[in-house]
Amino acid sequence: MRTLLTGAVIAGVFVLGAIVSFFWTPHDVEAINIAAKLLTPGDGYWFGTDHFGRDIFSMILVGARVSIAVAIVAVGIGMGIGIPLGLTAAARKGSLLDEVIMRGNDLIFAFPALLIAIMITAVFGPSAVNAIIAIGIFNIPVFARLVRGAALGLWTRDFILSARVSGKGAVRISLEHILPNLMSLLIVQGTIQFSLGILAEAGLSYVGLGVQPPTPSWGRMLAESQTMISFAPHLALFPGLAIVLTVLGLNLMGDGLRDMLDPRIRRVRA
Amino acid sequence: MLHFALARLTSLGLSLVVASVVIFFALEVVPGDPAAYMLGMNASPETVAALRTELGLDAGPVERYFTWATGLLTGDFGISYTYRTPVAEMIGERIKVSLPLALYALALSTLIAFPVGIWAATHRGKAQDMGVMAATQLGIAVPNFWFAMLLVLVFAIGLRWFSAGGFPGWDAGFFEGMKALTLPAIALALPQASILARVMRSALLDTMGEDFIRTARAKGLSRRQALWRHALRNALIPVLTIIGLQFSFLLAGAIIIENVFFLPGLGRLVFQAISQRDLIVVESVVMLLVVAVIVVTFCVDLAYAAVDPRLRRRG
Amino acid sequence: MSLLRIRDLDVSIHGKPVLDRVSLELAPGHVLGIIGESGSGKSMTALSIMDLLPDGSGMSGSIELDGNDLTGLSERQMCDIRGRDIGMIFQEPMTALNPLRTIGDQVAETVRIHGGAGRGEAARIAGDMLERVGLPREKFPPTRYPHELSGGQRQRVVIAMAIALQPRLLIADEPTTALDVTTQAGILRLLRRLVLEDGMGLILITHDLAVVSGNADHLAIMRQGQVVEAGPSDKVMRALRHPYTRALFEASSHQPDRTAGHVGTPLLEARNMVRDYVTPRKGLFGAHGTFRAVRDVSFSISHGESLGLVGESGCGKSTLTRAILGLEPLQGGSVHVDGHPVEAGQKMPKDLRAKMQVVFQDPYGSFNPRHRVGRLVTEPFHLLDNPPKGAERKAAIDTALTDVGLHPDDADRYIHEFSGGQRQRIAIARALIIRPQLIILDEAVSALDVSIRAQILDLLADLSGRYGLSYLFITHDLTVVQAITDRVMVMQAGEIVETGRTEEVFANPQHEYTRTLLAAAPVLEMSA
Repeated sequence: MRTLLTGAVIAGVFVLGAIVSFFWTPHDVEAINIAAKLLTPGDGYWFGTDHFGRDIFSMILVGARVSIAVAIVAVGIGMGIGIPLGLTAAARKGSLLDEVIMRGNDLIFAFPALLIAIMITAVFGPSAVNAIIAIGIFNIPVFARLVRGAALGLWTRDFILSARVSGKGAVRISLEHILPNLMSLLIVQGTIQFSLGILAEAGLSYVGLGVQPPTPSWGRMLAESQTMISFAPHLALFPGLAIVLTVLGLNLMGDGLRDMLDPRIRRVRA
Repeated sequence: MLHFALARLTSLGLSLVVASVVIFFALEVVPGDPAAYMLGMNASPETVAALRTELGLDAGPVERYFTWATGLLTGDFGISYTYRTPVAEMIGERIKVSLPLALYALALSTLIAFPVGIWAATHRGKAQDMGVMAATQLGIAVPNFWFAMLLVLVFAIGLRWFSAGGFPGWDAGFFEGMKALTLPAIALALPQASILARVMRSALLDTMGEDFIRTARAKGLSRRQALWRHALRNALIPVLTIIGLQFSFLLAGAIIIENVFFLPGLGRLVFQAISQRDLIVVESVVMLLVVAVIVVTFCVDLAYAAVDPRLRRRG
Repeated sequence: MSLLRIRDLDVSIHGKPVLDRVSLELAPGHVLGIIGESGSGKSMTALSIMDLLPDGSGMSGSIELDGNDLTGLSERQMCDIRGRDIGMIFQEPMTALNPLRTIGDQVAETVRIHGGAGRGEAARIAGDMLERVGLPREKFPPTRYPHELSGGQRQRVVIAMAIALQPRLLIADEPTTALDVTTQAGILRLLRRLVLEDGMGLILITHDLAVVSGNADHLAIMRQGQVVEAGPSDKVMRALRHPYTRALFEASSHQPDRTAGHVGTPLLEARNMVRDYVTPRKGLFGAHGTFRAVRDVSFSISHGESLGLVGESGCGKSTLTRAILGLEPLQGGSVHVDGHPVEAGQKMPKDLRAKMQVVFQDPYGSFNPRHRVGRLVTEPFHLLDNPPKGAERKAAIDTALTDVGLHPDDADRYIHEFSGGQRQRIAIARALIIRPQLIILDEAVSALDVSIRAQILDLLADLSGRYGLSYLFITHDLTVVQAITDRVMVMQAGEIVETGRTEEVFANPQHEYTRTLLAAAPVLEMSA
C-alpha cells in the first residue's frame, strides 16, 4: 500500500505537470533568448537554460506531456489490438486461427520497437507518430500473449464449463467471464508497459526517430545536451531525472497495484 | 531431442522467410518507387530511370524479392546507393563493433544478475534483500543512454580513466578494443541486470515454495542446499526467457548507445543511411538485426530443452 | 519403550493456534493412524515432528524420538535427523519430485546427503530401494525422469527416498488421497510390508477412515487442533466413545434415506457413443494420431432414476460427461434426451440444454469469483426464452437457495465468503433453478469432508424425491455410488464393462475389473 502511494504520488506529480503545461509554463518553451543562454539553475530559471536560452523547467513540463501522451496511446494500441487477439486465440485454442495469431506475435517480437521506428522513419520521415506506432506495435504481442496465457487457465475452470452448459457462446463467455477476471493482471501490465513506453519514447527521440523540434521532449533534450555535457551538465541532469522519476513512480505503482489487486498473479516483464 | 531441434529449426526457417517478406514489403513496396524516393524530389526523370535500371527495379516485386533473398543467402546485400560500395562490406566493418558490444553487455548483465538475484533470494526479507530490491527498482527506471552520459561525465571527463568515445579498432589490440567498449557495455548492462536479478530472485522464491522443495527438505537438505541443488535449475526456465528477450533489447540499446560514445557501429550506419535515404542499407541492417533476434530465440528454445527433460520428447 | 512420544504440543501460526495440547505415542513396528477432517491439525502435527512448519510458527511442548527431545535441536541437527531417522511421504506425488532430475538421482541424494556413501555406492543403493518399492530396474531404470511415471509410480519413488536409509519413523501424510483405488491398495500394501520388514514406526495420516481401518494398530482422532480420542484401533472402533468419533464413523458410511424404485420412462438414451481425440503429431512430419477416449458406449437413464458411473482417472468419465452435455462432438453414435438428439455447439436448442445441468467437483473453481451468488445461480436463465425478471427472479433465487438449505440473503454475498460444503450447495442451487430433468454430478462430493459429504448426499436424495430428478453420478468413490444410486455402470479404458442394479453389482460383480475395484476399495469395518 505504501509502495502504491509513493509511486502514485511521484507519477501524479508528472501527470499534474503535464496538465499544467497546457495552461501555464514559467517561460515560453519556443522563445529563443541568446542573452540568457546556458544559465545555471537559479533565479527566474529554476533548472537553468539551454544553449538557445530556453527555460529547462518549462521544457520538462511540456516534455512530460509528450512522453505521457506517446506512452498512453501506445499502451492503448497494444491493449486495443492485443487483448481481442489474446481472447480469440484462447477461445479457439489449438485451431489454425490460434496458430496464426501466436506465430504473428512471435514475428512481431523479432522486431524491437527501435527497428520498427527505423523502418517507418526510413520510409515516411521522422515524426512523433512513428514513435507511437512503433511502441504500440511492440505492445501488441505483450498483451496478446499475456491475455491468451491467463485466459487459457480460466477456460479450464469449471465455472466456464458451467456457463457453456447454460448455453453461452465463446464471445459472451470471453466478455462476461474471462475479461473481468483478467482486469487486475491487465491493470498491472498496463502500468508496466506505460513506464516502458516512456523509456522507449525517450530512446527514440534521443536518436531522432521520435518527437521533432521545436516540440520539447526529454529524449531530445538529452541528445542536445550531449555535446555540452562537460561544461553544462545541468542540461543532461534534469531531463534524465525526470525520466527516472516518472518511470520509477509508475513501476512502484505497478508493484503496489499488483500486491493490492492479487498477490498471486505473476508479473510478465517483457 | 532431435525431433525437438528439427521442429524448432523449421519454425526458425519459417520466421526468417516471413520476416524478410515483411521487411522487403515495408522498405521496397510501401515507398512506391524506391529510386525516386532515394533521389529526392529534385531528381530528373532520366536519373531516376537510370537508378531504377541499376537497382533492378524494372522487374516486378515478387521477382525482386527472390533476387534480394537469394542475394542475402550468398552474402550479397546489394550496393549502397550513397557510398557506391557493397553493403555487405559496410555492415561487416560495423558489426565488429555492435555485436561484441551487445555480447559484452549480455555477459556483464548475466554475471551481475545471477549472484545478486541468488543473494537476495537467500536473504529474503532481510536488509540485503531490501537493498537489492531498491537498487534494482532504480536500475530499471534509468534510461541506458542517460546512464551512459553520466558514466562519460564521471569516468571519462572527470576521472579520465576512459576516453569519452570513439573506437580504436580491433587492430589496436583486443584489450584496447574492449576498453573502448567497457563504458558502453556497463551502461547497457546495468539496467538489464536489474531486471534479470529481480526475475532470478522471484523465480527462485517461487520455486522454493514448490512441493518438491519440501520433499527435498524432508530428506535432510538444509534450506540453502535445497536452493542450490533443486531450486536453481528450475528457476532457470523463466530466467532463460528473459535472457532471450534481453538480447533484442541489448541490440536495440547498443544501436542507441553508439551515439553517446561515437562508436562506428551499425547504429551510426543506419542513422546515416536514414538521413541519406539509402533504403538498401537500412533494409540490410534491419534484416540482419531481425535475424540475430530470431536466431537467439532459437538458441533459447534449445537451452530450454537442455534444462528441462519434459520438453525433449515433444515434437 | 516408545519410539515417538509427543507431549502437550501447542503450535500457532502467526499467533493463531492450530494445535492444542496434542499428545501422541507410537511404538516401533507399529502403525499410528491419525484421522481428521480438513483443518483438524493432522498435517501440522506431522510437520511439527519434522520441524518443517511454515514461517511464522511458534511451538511448545515436547517431541521425543527414542527418548531424545527434538524440540531443542538446532536446524543443523534437525537436517541430520530428517531423511535419516525420520522419513516423510506427501499427498501430491505429481509435484513432490523435482521434474529436472532423474528418479535414481533423487533417491540417491538421501543417501549422499547423510554422508552414507560415495556416488557409485549411493546410486546402487538407490537402485535397490527403487526395486524394493516395486520399481524394478528393467522396467523403470533409475535414469527415468518423474514425468515419465504415473502418479502411483511417483509415489513409490517418494517412498523409496523416504526409506532409503531405513529410518526409525516414517510419516505418510495422505499418501493415497490423490491416487486411484487400485493404486491406493498397492501403496498401502507396500507401506505395511515396509513396516513389517524394517520394524519402523509408521504414522498414517488420512481423512478416510476406511484407509486406516485394518492398517493401523492405534488411532488418534483429531478435530480443531485437538486429539479428541486415541487408543488401540479395535477399541476405538468398537467403543466409539467420543461423540465426534461416532459422528465421523456414521458419516463415513452414511446412507441417505431415499425412496428408490419409482422409475419412469427413459429420459436419456445414449447409443454407441464414440469420442476420439486428436493426439500430437508423431515426429516432425508424422500424421496426427487419434485416441479413442469413449468406445461404443450405450446406456439409458429413466425419469427419476439415479445412475452411477464408476471408473478410475483417465477412463473417459469426464469426456463422456462433456459429450452428453453437448459440449464436445461425438465421432459416432448418438445421445437423445426426451427423444431429441444432442448435438455439440451452438446448434443445440436452448430448451434441450435446459433439461440438463451439471455440478462439478471443485467447490472453489466452479464459480466466477467476481459475481454475487444471486447472479451465479441465475446463469442458467440464459437458456430460457423469457427469463424471470424483478420480483419473479428474486423469488426464484430465494426458492433455489432455500431448497439447498441456504438463506435467501446469501444471494448478495460473494462466493469467497462460503465454505466448500456451502459452495457445493450453491452449485446445486444453480443446477436446480431452471428445474432440469437430469443433473450430472461430476465427482460432486469427492472434495468434501465426510461429515459435509453426508449432508450433501442427504440433500441430493431429498431433492430428487421432491422434484423427480434423475441423476448421473460420476465418481471414483464406490461408497458414494452405493449410497445414492439405483443402477451403476463400471467404466474402464473408455468402455462400459459392467452395468447392473447397484446392490447386485456390489454383491456379485461379473466383470474381472469390477471385482478388482471392489477388492481394492478399503472397507470400513464397523464393529459396532
